[in-house]
Amino acid sequence: MTDGNFGFADQPASTGHQKTYIEAISDGLATEMANDPNVLVLGEDVGGSFGGAFNVTKGLAERFGDRRVLNMPMTELSFIGAANGMALMGLRPVIEVQFADFISTGFDSIVQFAATTHYRWGGSVPWVIRAPSDGGIRSGPFHSQNPEAWFVHTPGLKVVAPSTPADAKGLLISAIRDNNPVIYFESKPLYRSLKGPVPEGEHSVPLGMAAVTRQGTDATVISYGAMVHQALAAAGTLAGEGIDVEVVDLRTLKPLDTATVLESVAKTGRSLVVHAANRLAGIGAEIAAVIAEEAFESLDAPVMRIGGLDTPVPFSPPLEDVYRPDQHGIAEAVRRICSY
Amino acid sequence: MNLRDPAGEDPLSEAERRQIHYWMRLTRTLDDRIISLWKQGRGLGGTFSQRGHEAISVGAGFALGPDDVVAPMHRDLGCYLLRGMTPARLLASQLGRATGVNRGRDANLHGCGDLDLNIIGFVSHLPQSMPVALGAAMAFQYREEPRVAMTFVGDGSSNTGLFHETLNLAAVHEAPLVVIVENNQYAYSTPISQQMAIEDISQRGTAQGVTSEIIDGNDVGAVHGAATVAVERARSGGGPTLIEAKTMRMLGHAIHDGAEYVPADLIDKWRKLDPLERYEQTLRDDGVSDDRAFGAVAARCKAEVASAVRFAEESEWPDPQTVAEGVYAP
Repeated sequence: MTDGNFGFADQPASTGHQKTYIEAISDGLATEMANDPNVLVLGEDVGGSFGGAFNVTKGLAERFGDRRVLNMPMTELSFIGAANGMALMGLRPVIEVQFADFISTGFDSIVQFAATTHYRWGGSVPWVIRAPSDGGIRSGPFHSQNPEAWFVHTPGLKVVAPSTPADAKGLLISAIRDNNPVIYFESKPLYRSLKGPVPEGEHSVPLGMAAVTRQGTDATVISYGAMVHQALAAAGTLAGEGIDVEVVDLRTLKPLDTATVLESVAKTGRSLVVHAANRLAGIGAEIAAVIAEEAFESLDAPVMRIGGLDTPVPFSPPLEDVYRPDQHGIAEAVRRICSY
Repeated sequence: MNLRDPAGEDPLSEAERRQIHYWMRLTRTLDDRIISLWKQGRGLGGTFSQRGHEAISVGAGFALGPDDVVAPMHRDLGCYLLRGMTPARLLASQLGRATGVNRGRDANLHGCGDLDLNIIGFVSHLPQSMPVALGAAMAFQYREEPRVAMTFVGDGSSNTGLFHETLNLAAVHEAPLVVIVENNQYAYSTPISQQMAIEDISQRGTAQGVTSEIIDGNDVGAVHGAATVAVERARSGGGPTLIEAKTMRMLGHAIHDGAEYVPADLIDKWRKLDPLERYEQTLRDDGVSDDRAFGAVAARCKAEVASAVRFAEESEWPDPQTVAEGVYAP
């Protein structure tokens, strides 16, 4: 991952102060805690002066008091379960799971209780789990995962994955205000490498709406999170070869904005889905199926997918670099679909 | 027995004691009727009998105030009833009808939650109710409301990590939580001797720093007394309590299960300790009620249940067009 703003240089900077992606998350949290006394933060090491493994919650305890920023023991299953109870009683807990990899420890509390409750008996469970996800930063199998497909496959959950600082803030605020359990996958490789304009104060980005991040006519690359920036870099390369790529940033993975995807594919006739999570049965499989079902008449080439390998995320750079999609693989795949 | 004042009189008024008896009788009557409906092939899916658990669900539930929240499980029919969930709604749920508590979305007592009655619905992963009740208790603490959360789990659940995690977290936060452990000797077919090496589940609470005690789960006065002390402790900032109520599951795990694996003499022993018969004897001995009054209560419960059966069986099925409704809260 290189520094820089990944193709966003042409975006107007006048809409807010420049913030890193991680500062935007902290800003979103603080903004909504100031807005709503029902919002509280809980997780491992989030409290006191420490403020979390990545310092996302630093300063919140001082500003809002220890009662609103609760350190939890290393027990995701019970503290996510406790958030279920808090949410049923009208609070809006924001849970940090330190690393997305550890979310599996809390699985029952998420997929069995939180996800089913409203359907079964009408109880509303408005929490957000902030899950620091994604790799490429040499962190090995248990600090690099992208487990979003588990949750997209679970009825009753919503899943978001911002790719820009502005969306990191705006989607977090919308997720907190949503009356359902929302899993918010924040991308660790973007934390401090990506800076962009972030509106001050009130700023929300609606859930369930993709964004066309780059307009193009020849092929659509659909992605989310850090891979959006790899797609934009590839699009820059391909522009020099006369291939005009449109990039769709999903932003929300559930509910999926299929309309924006299909509209783009109808225009370009070629599509590639990219994600860092392993490819098998990933989000890309679902999107490819939707395109095949709904846009068959528009297609000039098979729908392609690029994803992580079907292995645990390896640690050593030569291994992880092969595991993980990048702009070069994306450019190559776009050339292929454009050769049909 | 009365834990608040072991030497003194029952702290409950005679009217309250008659109410407790009514809820126990209604619970037994509805439970028996559910079993007979299923045996007649008029049921739907599986169901669970609570027989033998009346003293626990009614005694503990009766200790709560109207603003307190409870997360009962599938043996706690009595708790649902006394919180105001009617036999008609409960039966309609069991029969999968649109008029049921969960509108055909969930089976038997599962998912019979209703926040208007301060009842949280459970999932089959039973110890899940523990952290949820804890979270409710922590919400009361956060908002400085004088409310208490109570939940029920079984001996089986007490083996899970979640049971220990929740007690630990409840102790750390001194949360206003009351956990009733219904030790009914069996988790499905597995006897307690094959589940744990300890004699008393209450030890697990003690180990986590939670005030814990053991009571006779077939003595409704003992259950109510201990639950009342625990609820008062929780409400006054004294933290969580675990109450291990020792009892016996008198029928199988679920309706299909003949429980042939349970030694007959064990059932015989506990049959003599039937909580409803014992409470009726206590009320007779104390001059609070008599057989004529018991007969009238039984007739009233029978009529209520008969009317509930009619309501449930005549209720409409859910409209298939609504299958996708309610996955998300608006």
